[in-house]
Amino acid sequence: MSIDVKAGLKSQTVREALRDAMAEEMRRDPDVFLMGEEVAQYQGAYKVSQGLLDEFGPKRVMDTPITEHGFAGLGVGAAFAGLKPIIEFMTFNFAMQAIDQIINSAAKTRYMSGGQIGCPIVFRGPNGAASRVAAQHSQNYAAWYAHIPGLKVVAPYSAADAKGLLKAAIRDPNPVVFLENEILYGKTFDVPEGDDWIVPLGKSAVVREGSDVTLVAYSIAVGQCLEAADALAADGVSAEVIDLRTLRPLDLEPVIASVQKTNRLLVVEEGWPTCGISAEVSARVTEQAFDYLDAPVLRVANADVPTPYAANLEKLWLISPEKIITAAKAALYRD
Amino acid sequence: MSIEIRMPALSPTMEKGTLAKWLIKEGDTIAAGDVIAEIETDKATMEVEAADEGKVGKLAVAAGTADVPVGTVIAVLLEEGEAGVASPSTSPSLPRKRESSAEEKVDSRLRGNDEQKKSAPILPSAPTPQPTVPAAHDDARIFASPLARRIAKQSGIDLNTLQGSGPGGRVVKRDLEGKAPLARPQVAATAATAVAPATVYGPADAPHEEVKLSTMRKVIAERLSESKRTVPHFYMTVDVQMDHLLAARKDINEAEGLKLSVNDFIIKALAIALKRVPEANVQFAGDKLYRYSRADVSVAVAIDGGLITPIIRGADTKGLIEISNEMRALAEKARAGKLMPEDYKGGTISLSNLGMYGIKEFEAVINPPQAAILAVGAAEQRAVIKNGQIVPATVMSATLSVDHRAIDGAIGAKLLTAFKALIENPARLAL
Repeated sequence: MSIDVKAGLKSQTVREALRDAMAEEMRRDPDVFLMGEEVAQYQGAYKVSQGLLDEFGPKRVMDTPITEHGFAGLGVGAAFAGLKPIIEFMTFNFAMQAIDQIINSAAKTRYMSGGQIGCPIVFRGPNGAASRVAAQHSQNYAAWYAHIPGLKVVAPYSAADAKGLLKAAIRDPNPVVFLENEILYGKTFDVPEGDDWIVPLGKSAVVREGSDVTLVAYSIAVGQCLEAADALAADGVSAEVIDLRTLRPLDLEPVIASVQKTNRLLVVEEGWPTCGISAEVSARVTEQAFDYLDAPVLRVANADVPTPYAANLEKLWLISPEKIITAAKAALYRD
Repeated sequence: MSIEIRMPALSPTMEKGTLAKWLIKEGDTIAAGDVIAEIETDKATMEVEAADEGKVGKLAVAAGTADVPVGTVIAVLLEEGEAGVASPSTSPSLPRKRESSAEEKVDSRLRGNDEQKKSAPILPSAPTPQPTVPAAHDDARIFASPLARRIAKQSGIDLNTLQGSGPGGRVVKRDLEGKAPLARPQVAATAATAVAPATVYGPADAPHEEVKLSTMRKVIAERLSESKRTVPHFYMTVDVQMDHLLAARKDINEAEGLKLSVNDFIIKALAIALKRVPEANVQFAGDKLYRYSRADVSVAVAIDGGLITPIIRGADTKGLIEISNEMRALAEKARAGKLMPEDYKGGTISLSNLGMYGIKEFEAVINPPQAAILAVGAAEQRAVIKNGQIVPATVMSATLSVDHRAIDGAIGAKLLTAFKALIENPARLAL
């Protein structure tokens, strides 16, 4: 990916990039605070809030009881009152307890108050499958939240995007659901130095150029698409990879432009296919670029069943570069 | 039930033809195998035989009708006892199986869900949704990707003429690559002017008459426009000394009582040269090249109203007598309009010789999808320099037009050099 920055680059994990984003925004704006389970004393269940309690103190980095509905509601109320809360969910699986606050309170209030009450809040935490955490703790909520008018939904892949998008989300005057990925936390990327690196919400990006087939993905699936693209290149197939980055609003301009070039599209999603983000992209591309398609838009997604606990079955359930390669060849009418 | 006779596809690329002549009339009784009509295709006039017997109920297309699409009902045969014909469906009819499938559905629905589930798989005539490859010229719906449909529409290619290579016979983009459009619809004003300016201009104010284009003229116009528009031509010329070859030819013809032409030698030399430079025996096809292992020389023959290029296949392996006889027979057939598609379809290189008209040299338009054509002029006395002395010699200029997508300059030069060496040392033709 091209990061156009004058400052230098430093190597950083996604975990560190997220921490820096929060710290920089908390330094910049005293209204920003962090609240969630284990975010303060324990430095974060996944150590994303490392060092924040020390720097900002217990008034701005607050541990909560195990009451998602309660602390999400507190956050929404604080945002109505003008503060800029960051609500961390230990995982988005637990945010189901709080989903009424997110959808009915946070997302709808600007509309229902005729624009008088805004809700500048970020709900963040890991989302999607980790490793062997079974059916209840492996879910991808991207499509759930992206369905809701009034919410913005972000799901970055790289550390640079994680940092730049989280800073943009904290500054955004609307509620943002920020979907991280546990497996990506420890992955290292180049991140621009300095505290002015912002990635605007609502912009997808071409992360690898190609001419034969377009692979569209978000979050961890982007990495699998890049792996698949390497393997396809060895087989003489040039795959273009696009990272959606923001899922609502969905920026399909680069996707349409790419499909006009490659005439074939795969949408890859570490989540269920039915009514998923991949289904939405497929529908919109079919509407907007029908005459450019030489093959049906194909989805590569997890198997449409609850996540198995057994390691071998979980592997079969998940997407993989191999499944992406197989689908790409089908779209190219190759065996 | 009456039998519909449809416009047949007499060659793989035929999309429409002129119904030149009926050899039957309404009321005639015909047998299978009877010649019923003559049809003029883009290249030749061919006879159509009846496939069924019966009484001719109606000739649906009048003799002389041009551009009758393949698949159109041209006549209707009545079976024994049948009186008349209402009116034949001149438009391609829909496949009938749709009706039965609707009936089946209603039937099984009436039987109730459970029964439907049980009985559906064993219904003997239940139409299975078979995604069969749509046979070319079938009236059934053509499956094509949206992109393929758009390209076909923009370039005026009839999807009916294509065999889809995608799943279930779906026509996809790659099936359209390298297909020459037959008639370009005027999609947009800009496209139309860019593509077919001839349709825009009226006649000059000089007295004139309008001459309707023959099918052959149309094909020549379209194919060669397509070639000049899309094939990146380049040209290279070489002068070939002919004295040895002319002497050898004279000897052979006198001694053996033969009438070998210079062109027969050139055909053979070109074919051998092509075998020696196999990189030049190729054809560009979108994302690939076809590399041929046989040298088939298409020889341009001028005929009334146009020209045609019958083929001497494997000319490098044939003797001069064989080439000469074959060429004479093909030229005769061509002039009589009796060439069969297999006589002129294919070829891996073309040869055009205007030497007999005294032309010194010229550049020919590549005959797509081939990648090269050799244009030879007259063998004439010229002053050449040999060993520092100006001496007379018989020289022929040969110009190779090359498709740069398939053949680069060095390869073209190798081919031309090999050709020159063979002509200048004709004994090598016997190797």
